[in-house]
Amino acid sequence: MKNLSLEKTKMPLLDSEKRQNTFCEVALGYNLEDAVLEANRCLECKHKPCVDACPVHIDIPSFIHEIKEENLEKAYQIILNESMLPAVCGRVCPQENQCEKVCVRGIKGESVAIGRLERFAADYHYEHSELGCGFEINRNHKKVAIVGSGPAGLSCACQLLKLGYDITIFEALHMPGGVLVYGIPEFRLPKAIVEKEIQQLMIHGVKLKTNTVIGKTLYLEDLFADGYKAIFIGTGAGLPQFLNLPGETLNGVYSANEFLTRVNLMKAYDLTYDTPIYKGQIVSVVGGGNVAMDAARAALRLGAKEVHIIYRRSMEELPARKEEIEHAKEENIVFDILTNPVEILGNETGFVRSVKCMKMELGQPDQSGRRRPIPIEDSLFEMKTDVVIIAVGTTPNPLISQTSSDLKTNEKGCIITKDDSGLTTKAHVYAGGDTVTGAATVIEAMGAGKKSALAIHKLLS
Amino acid sequence: MYKIIYKKSLTPTITLMKVLAPDVTRHAKAGQFIILRVDEKGERIPLTIADIDHALKSVTIIFQVVGKTTYLLNMLSEGDDILDFVGPLGKPTEIENLKKVLVIGGGVGSAIAYPLCKALFEQNTQVELILGFKSKDQIILKEAFETVTNHQYMTTDDGSYGEKGFVTDQLNKILKKDQSYDHVFAIGPIPMMKAVSDMTKNYQIPTTVSLNPIMIDGTGMCGGCRVKVGDGIKFACVDGPDFDGHQVDYDALLKRNMAYRLKEQKDFEDVLKRGEA
Repeated sequence: MKNLSLEKTKMPLLDSEKRQNTFCEVALGYNLEDAVLEANRCLECKHKPCVDACPVHIDIPSFIHEIKEENLEKAYQIILNESMLPAVCGRVCPQENQCEKVCVRGIKGESVAIGRLERFAADYHYEHSELGCGFEINRNHKKVAIVGSGPAGLSCACQLLKLGYDITIFEALHMPGGVLVYGIPEFRLPKAIVEKEIQQLMIHGVKLKTNTVIGKTLYLEDLFADGYKAIFIGTGAGLPQFLNLPGETLNGVYSANEFLTRVNLMKAYDLTYDTPIYKGQIVSVVGGGNVAMDAARAALRLGAKEVHIIYRRSMEELPARKEEIEHAKEENIVFDILTNPVEILGNETGFVRSVKCMKMELGQPDQSGRRRPIPIEDSLFEMKTDVVIIAVGTTPNPLISQTSSDLKTNEKGCIITKDDSGLTTKAHVYAGGDTVTGAATVIEAMGAGKKSALAIHKLLS
Repeated sequence: MYKIIYKKSLTPTITLMKVLAPDVTRHAKAGQFIILRVDEKGERIPLTIADIDHALKSVTIIFQVVGKTTYLLNMLSEGDDILDFVGPLGKPTEIENLKKVLVIGGGVGSAIAYPLCKALFEQNTQVELILGFKSKDQIILKEAFETVTNHQYMTTDDGSYGEKGFVTDQLNKILKKDQSYDHVFAIGPIPMMKAVSDMTKNYQIPTTVSLNPIMIDGTGMCGGCRVKVGDGIKFACVDGPDFDGHQVDYDALLKRNMAYRLKEQKDFEDVLKRGEA
């Protein structure tokens, strides 16, 4: 029965007061009733704009149709045709800028909650089915190496696996998943979910070599010598940017990467782990993206009494997803907007004691299309803080290009690709995701991984 | 999993291990390091590669028990496995075109000086070495060094072996007589590297130090290992671990390395208590 509601079916959330002390997931997910109700908002339009707006082109109306009919395994299988990370994507994709942005229901009212439905189909599958049921593979025994086990690498691996290739994924850290495990906190993306989705690939024969840094442990040439016919590089944009402020080497100043790695991958919030972390009563996070929100909300859960987001533009320009900003507000994160840090001050033992900031106002739009922040004269002030987390972006890691001179990068350190397929300046080497584009989203990286997989298939067949 | 194929106590608190890690040996050079994790809930800690055995495909590490992680590592025996062992990380030490060098190793830092001396000696550089320890019973690798150096000076703080005093006392004496060294390499505690650098700066002898700051991933991702070198900020894991000794801000480094001292002390005490119980 058609659901004519102009609003999305509400997603149950963990009570905001309860969130203070737990890393449990905040968004609790639809139950069957919610899912069917929401699915019935989908008009199943013939021209399917949502499919084109999805970087991996999931057949969205078809899977939603199956949810309407309560054929939940079938819904999952339809998604699986294009993506092997539905439980991840259903949680962390910026749907509002992709599939949901062009949803016909969004013209008058809210779009269909495609992300929530995707998550529901995936979670339902994991709850009710054995891991590993899925697709048939005709093996061709051609070896392809994937460098990096984040979204781009996993997506490329998945596609090539389906096409019959013998895949090995090389990961620098001790656990696969890339940004999904070191960057995105448990309360937004439970690690057990990531593990299950990666496990699916392993069950179907994908090999994984952790603790292997390509560019250091092994060079690209070694991989070719070892019989790999093509290489896909999906090493992300992991190099943290700092602001070059005085005081940035003080103790208590973290890059968001370090802070989140300690918390997520190294589980600093779990006292049975040895990972140290400097918590502090007052935490200031510089930046306004999803990573800044993740860091701020993680700091709160570690026990901070007060957490600030310091952002130089206004609430309008915050680049984080609306949902993340809403959740942060519910958790009483303080937004110090139109504020720019200029110096971090320390005490005599080398720890942070405050951050000196300047108030800003907005001028004319700049190249990014957003209004440019301009310092207000004589507006310097000092904010007491114990921890400063810098979340102002990342650039690609240069380790591979350093040991492979024919792999060219641009001035920002991004690997140069010749065309849409991700072909690099080195023969039989492809690249995709953040290492090519600079920091972007999970699903865009997955889209790139998939495109390269198809190009590699064309090359090797 | 990475198997420990050989273990030897060099002193009551310093241990040598050879760890089977075929991939790590493929490109490893003097000056580089590995990061290991002993068990599932453990920290990732960096340790310098002390030697590489290409025939056995093993990497030698030498470490001092200073905290929980090194304590747990030292509890492992031959045949046991280390959970994670990744490398080689960092840049190799630059040693080309050197005719005569002075290498200075202090305490457990001497372990890092060994592969360096070996690499220099193998390319026919004249290698003189000052090794400094607190006392005679702390001395490590003395015989091994004899085969890869042209001359050795030994110092102990308490005078129980060699010259009494610090490595810098010895360095001072040497430099007063002879300034013909192309380069000085200093590896050891931060105050020692600082003192050596201050001294060689007066004689304008280029000096390389090997830094060992707190780090997590070792690939440039976390930025936790940042050190002030000259006017810039460097990441020790990818830009180092070697730096121009005359440019490093040692005081800032010393403070950064104290960041987790309280937690580290507590973890160490807890594990010692458990060990005794």
